[in-house]
Amino acid sequence: MQERVIEKAAQLLESGACARVLGWKTGEFFYDVTPAVFTSAQQVRQEMVFSPFCGANLSKYLIAESRKEGKVGVFLKPCDSFSFVQLQKEHRILRENVYAVGVQCQGMSDIEALKALGLRGITAVQAEEDRLTVSTLYGEKTVALEEALSLRCRSCKSRALHDCDELIGDQGRDLDTDRFGEVARLEAMSPEERFAFWRSQLSKCIRCNACRNVCPACSCEKCVFDDPNSGVQNKAAADPFEEDLFHIIRAFHVAGRCTDCGECTRVCPQHIPLHLLNRKLIKDMNALYGPYQAGSDFDSKPPMLTFTQEDPEASIITEGRGIQ
Amino acid sequence: MKKWELSRLQELFEAIAAQEPLYIPTDVSGQPTFALWQPGMALTRELNTVRSAKDLFFPQVEELVKFKVEGKKIQVLDPQVQIRDQVVFGVRACDARSFDILDSVFLAEPADTYYRDRRAHTTVMTLACTHPEESCFCTSLGIDPQAPGGDVSCWIEGEALYLNANTPKGQALLSRLPLDEGEKPEADRSVFDRLPLKDLDLTRFGEKKLLDWFHSPKWGELSQSCLGCGTCTFVCPTCQCYDIRDFDTGHGVQRFRCWDSCMYSDFTMMAHGTNRPTQLERFRQRFMHKLVYYPADHGGQVGCVGCGRCLRKCPISMNIVKVARALGEEEV
Repeated sequence: MQERVIEKAAQLLESGACARVLGWKTGEFFYDVTPAVFTSAQQVRQEMVFSPFCGANLSKYLIAESRKEGKVGVFLKPCDSFSFVQLQKEHRILRENVYAVGVQCQGMSDIEALKALGLRGITAVQAEEDRLTVSTLYGEKTVALEEALSLRCRSCKSRALHDCDELIGDQGRDLDTDRFGEVARLEAMSPEERFAFWRSQLSKCIRCNACRNVCPACSCEKCVFDDPNSGVQNKAAADPFEEDLFHIIRAFHVAGRCTDCGECTRVCPQHIPLHLLNRKLIKDMNALYGPYQAGSDFDSKPPMLTFTQEDPEASIITEGRGIQ
Repeated sequence: MKKWELSRLQELFEAIAAQEPLYIPTDVSGQPTFALWQPGMALTRELNTVRSAKDLFFPQVEELVKFKVEGKKIQVLDPQVQIRDQVVFGVRACDARSFDILDSVFLAEPADTYYRDRRAHTTVMTLACTHPEESCFCTSLGIDPQAPGGDVSCWIEGEALYLNANTPKGQALLSRLPLDEGEKPEADRSVFDRLPLKDLDLTRFGEKKLLDWFHSPKWGELSQSCLGCGTCTFVCPTCQCYDIRDFDTGHGVQRFRCWDSCMYSDFTMMAHGTNRPTQLERFRQRFMHKLVYYPADHGGQVGCVGCGRCLRKCPISMNIVKVARALGEEEV
């Protein structure tokens, strides 16, 4: 796969089909891959990488890149392609300036998953069939490949690539994984337990804004929380509960547009499971207004932007504990 | 040198906490952080905390002054609480060195009294590293992770904790604890020689070429995928920028300061309205500060301690090591 992706990127630049290509660049280690814009085939062959550590979703970069001179090539994994479609639905990407190459994916690995296994000083990995040999400063260890999987890939919703100009690998289909099990577990808690859970998680927030800045659904040119003129600029929290509000408000703000790409949780330096807030809203919307997947097509109307006489009037006030 | 049985570490914490509030690196909701010790609270097994130990002296948010308004009367209130003596245990050599860098900023005249008071009232007990991460590079900055500074240096070797006082403050603390005498065995250093980044050179960005570094064409490429979040600055032990804001309470003003990030769009925005307009300038500022401006003002001392937090936490894996390498490539 790595060779095919790099060859395709080089070819897009050599043929002049694209002025630049968005991909992933190698780092100091095997896992610290950085999203990058490549402008020459030579640069692609030297620096581009496509490995199981290319988790970063490149779709959001297209907001800026598609507005520049010339065509931009981009590589999208299935989950990234949902964001790509959703951003187009929101008129944030100029599609005619993009050449999208879909790349089939068997799940991305995450250095954090390896660290969660207690591995320290990790210097190299070598995959063999379903095993991964991890070299560390303290010796070698073999783990199952699935143990290295990124948290979000363990409940991958779909291997279908949306709106790509060409595919590398086969077209996939939606998967029937348990995306809402963890949400159901939280719903089953008493309100006090649930409050304690979210307080313990959200109180870790350092307000670095990484979740917001990486989020393809958070595409405002200037967030109100960054704007000194908005009156609600929120550089520091007056009390700890404000952190909770920030994340809850953000989840509501992206409701119906969040494709559940999982970038928020991936980038959180404090490992706050932010995606669970989004999944709760997705689960509720599915239950109230019928199944809906943001970014899966161009035509469907998002539930939060549609009104029908039959819409249920769900209320946490009248129904106490909300939607189960 | 003093000695304490490792299996009785909780008793040592108890003995310290009986005298002064004690902070230790522990896991809170799964993340290592410095927290006020309470009975049973265990040391984290992680090498280092997510946020650095600078929080103890320079918290993310603190109130500076309060104004109470009643009619035409304005009352100025000092919210500064009396800082009590406190102890922090388990500071790594990198974070301990970061205190020197923060001191050079906050204690330079006119000294920052908020920082100064906390610093003066804190006894720092450092802890030597035995199992560095691959992202560690303090040794390349002349820091010895096995001989950390602070008021008291501590080592865990075998089944014992060894303690050595470096300052009168440290001596005073140790003299109040029921410690045994002991000599720590020679530790194996070989892992530090195998660190992938041990030969990194962050000290060669002299101010002579300041403008060359500033105008390097590399900044565009390096900053192109930067998200503009504040992760690197907030986990960094040497980042020290802050903002001061007034919060209108309706019947007065609470003036507070909070960490700021040069990665943010309104950083250093002032009346003239022309602060750094794009991410390129913001990104460049952060690294020029660490590698060029700070050393130029402080006898060549680099504004980085090699803790590796930015390497581990940047959402797009861009960091000071990659910047230094890229700038080095062209050797302007």
